[in-house]
Amino acid sequence: MKNFGFTISTGRSINLDEIREENISKLLEMVPSYKWCIGCGGCTATCSAGAFTNFNIRKIHNSFVRGQYQGLDKELQQCMLCGKCLLVCPRGVNTRSLIVNMRRILAGVEANTFKGKEVIQ
Amino acid sequence: MKDSFSIFVIPFCAGVLVLLGISVWKYWRWIRSFDKLQRAIIRKNIWSWRFLPAIWEAFREGLLHWRITKKNLLLGYMHRSLAFGWFLLIVVGAVQARLAYPDGHPFWMAIFYNYFEPECHPVDFPRAAFFANLMDGLLLYVLSGLMLAMFKKVWSRPLGMKRTTRHTLMDRVTKLALWSIFPLRLLSEAVTAGINGNGGFLVTWLGGVFDSIGISNPAFEYTCWMLYSVALGTFFSLMPFSRYMHIFTEVFLIYFRQLGVHDSNKKTGYTMFELSACSRCGICIDGCPLNRELGITNVQGVYMLQSIRNLELQRNAEPIAENCLMCDRCVADCPVNLDLSVIRRQVRIKNKAAIDTKQGYSYLNDVQPFNAIGRIAYFGGCMSHLTPDITRSMEIIFEAVGQKYWYMDKDQTICCGRPLLQQGFERQAFELRRKNTEMIVNSKATMLITSCPICYQSFKKEYHLSIPVMHHTEYIDMLVKSGRLKLRKDDRRVSYHDPCELGRGCGIYDEPRNVLRATTTLLKTDQEREKSLCCGFNLGNPLLDLEQQTRIRDAARDNLLAPHPDTIATACPMCKKAFTHADNIPVKDIAEIVAANIIEGSAQ
Repeated sequence: MKNFGFTISTGRSINLDEIREENISKLLEMVPSYKWCIGCGGCTATCSAGAFTNFNIRKIHNSFVRGQYQGLDKELQQCMLCGKCLLVCPRGVNTRSLIVNMRRILAGVEANTFKGKEVIQ
Repeated sequence: MKDSFSIFVIPFCAGVLVLLGISVWKYWRWIRSFDKLQRAIIRKNIWSWRFLPAIWEAFREGLLHWRITKKNLLLGYMHRSLAFGWFLLIVVGAVQARLAYPDGHPFWMAIFYNYFEPECHPVDFPRAAFFANLMDGLLLYVLSGLMLAMFKKVWSRPLGMKRTTRHTLMDRVTKLALWSIFPLRLLSEAVTAGINGNGGFLVTWLGGVFDSIGISNPAFEYTCWMLYSVALGTFFSLMPFSRYMHIFTEVFLIYFRQLGVHDSNKKTGYTMFELSACSRCGICIDGCPLNRELGITNVQGVYMLQSIRNLELQRNAEPIAENCLMCDRCVADCPVNLDLSVIRRQVRIKNKAAIDTKQGYSYLNDVQPFNAIGRIAYFGGCMSHLTPDITRSMEIIFEAVGQKYWYMDKDQTICCGRPLLQQGFERQAFELRRKNTEMIVNSKATMLITSCPICYQSFKKEYHLSIPVMHHTEYIDMLVKSGRLKLRKDDRRVSYHDPCELGRGCGIYDEPRNVLRATTTLLKTDQEREKSLCCGFNLGNPLLDLEQQTRIRDAARDNLLAPHPDTIATACPMCKKAFTHADNIPVKDIAEIVAANIIEGSAQ
């Protein structure tokens, strides 16, 4: 192939066929508040882990929705679950639950009992 | 011993054998599955005098039900009459049989004394009439408790319980057997008394009534005693599989606890003792904020333990364990003092095994150590960074008393690990603890002060640091007491919110109040100290949404606003954040109130 001086990084490319709709619907089911996210990035700005690394909840969320699953779980593991993002979020998104449940989905853990407030009752 | 046997004793004896066999087998299995640390603690303390307080506690709680009595007199009476009354009925029955048959007797004589006594042994031992009356009195005592228990089933409010437990079928059947024991005993003894004229005041009178309506005949008598024996046998054989296993298990649990055994992060034999020591009384349900404010009534401690113990309900254990604020209110209320939050955490840890990580927090390796010789370490905590007034006030206080300090997490916070542990990520939490411990030990700081109760509990209970760990309210109280910090009193009227992790978690109730009394007028609220209400923004529950958290918060706020304060004081950045948006009333951390009230030049 002819070298034009630039390449496409496979990790960064978005392939629409990779998006697994059921992952997104599963996440919405587990964390209903997730649909309120306006992508303001407040969570990312305050993040404790973000002070050490480039851990970025907004980016992770984007990658998840775009089907860029590669390396996502490793990225998610950097979260310390300290909960600062929860208090910062202007929309009341349950960000910690979002992270734990993304990991559940990526690991393929069957967690059909986790349905937000309908959990039990 | 022809005269002291009758076919009807067989169900009773069979029940006792089943109960003994299964209990011994279960206890043996559980004791064998204690973990290494628990075994070491038992070996170390088994020859100490700790069995004495254990005996006292077992008597006080197992029989007298002291903690329940403190909650509600009637409820205490109900439990006491059934437990202590029945216990005395057996003990006095045994003494009575012993006196009547000095040459020995089969063990069931203590139970069926009235049936055998008139035939094979004339009433000739001293004080026989006294014993007969005493036994009747005790039976009446137990029956009065039984009446209360039946009343409670219909209307539990007068006994101090808004909600009672929904029991499994097994528990209900066993309860039916238990409830039928005492009326059947009364009936049997009365019929025998009607025929033979023996017994004390109660059964003689009832026997007379039976006689006058002509139902006291040997066939009916035998049937009654048979039914009584079957009820006993049924109860005893079902007991190991029902909630009534708590009767014996609680005694063992109290003994192990007095020896110093505590629960670990994995389910062990000790956990099994705890699971079975739960009497499913349901006292944990009323206090739970999820029940009070959200009407969620099936995730409380009692249901969690039930779901872990019951094979059929085990699939519920996971969602139940997740749905909890970990505010420890149920732990404070539990009459058996079960460590419900630790057991809940065990379930969470088990569930998170599937998404456990191996790499985790390698990025923390780059954090540079700091030399803090001669200083104290101050750990603000993640949340305090969102309430900078608290950390700034602490810096003012440190400077006012001339204390050199190292602000450990000024720029970058390594979380203490407790939020991870609460969610069940045990290994990850350990990794963070290891890094923080390394930082603190290497810095050679002399003391650790933290502003966040979550971090405080973690540093205090999970870190095993060799330097003292203090919450800032403790530290300020110490400064005031030693005279290093002089405070003036302003005219604020303050109600204080006990943070769950600081109060119920670590037992720090007085220090914050001392400081507040020195600086303001402290008002009393209805629910404080052990009974304080969770602010709802606790990190324990991953399932609640903002609206639900707000409802819990509002209940706690209403409690604080009841005495009409002009400021709400708290000692936790999270609680402060929660209440800040609740009303127009100012919410201040104790550090802020103190920093505003320092008398200049007080430092020495």
